[in-house]
Amino acid sequence: MYPTPEVTAFIDEHFVPVRIHIKQQPRAWHRFGIRWTPTVMIRSSDDGEVRRLEGFLPADELLGQLKLALGHLAVNKKDWATAERWFADAAEADGTAAGPEGQYWQGVARYSASHDAKELKETYRRFRERYPDSSWAKRTVIWA
Amino acid sequence: MATETRTIQWQSDVDTALEEAKRDQRPVLLDFTAAPQ
Repeated sequence: MYPTPEVTAFIDEHFVPVRIHIKQQPRAWHRFGIRWTPTVMIRSSDDGEVRRLEGFLPADELLGQLKLALGHLAVNKKDWATAERWFADAAEADGTAAGPEGQYWQGVARYSASHDAKELKETYRRFRERYPDSSWAKRTVIWA
Repeated sequence: MATETRTIQWQSDVDTALEEAKRDQRPVLLDFTAAPQ
C-alpha cells in the first residue's frame, strides 16, 4: 500500500502501524465507523481520532496529511513549537491538499505561542503569495 | 552492495497498539483495507 521508501520510513518512525482487513476484523470496521476503503485513521490514546483519510492517496499527499496529523496532535497538547514545525513541513508540500492547510495552521500555531496578532496578519500575507486560491486562504481574509 | 528494503511492521490488534502507542508517546496509524490478500 505504501510502496515508497520515504512513506515507509516516515510511518515506521512516527506511528504505531496497524492494518485491519475487513474480512479478518469486521467488528473493527463498525467500532471505528469505517465507510470506505482504503481509510487511514490516525488515533492517539489521549485524543481519540485525530485524522481520517478516506480513499487512496498518492505518496506525496499521504505524507502531507500525516504531517498535518502530527501537527494537530501537538496542537492538542498545546505544544506550539512542535505543531509549528510539522505544519511548516506540510506547508512545503506544493501541489498537495496539505500545503495550504499546513500554512494556515502554521500561522495559528505561531499566534497561539505568541498571542501576537501580527502572526495572523503575516499568515494572511503569506497566502497572498502562496496558495492564494485555496479555501484556507479565504479563512485568513479576516486577519488582513 | 545489497540494499535492505524497509517494510512497515504492521500490527493487527488495535488495543495492543494503542497501549504501545501510549507507552512510546506515538499515535497509531490504522490502515483499513479490503484489498485481496
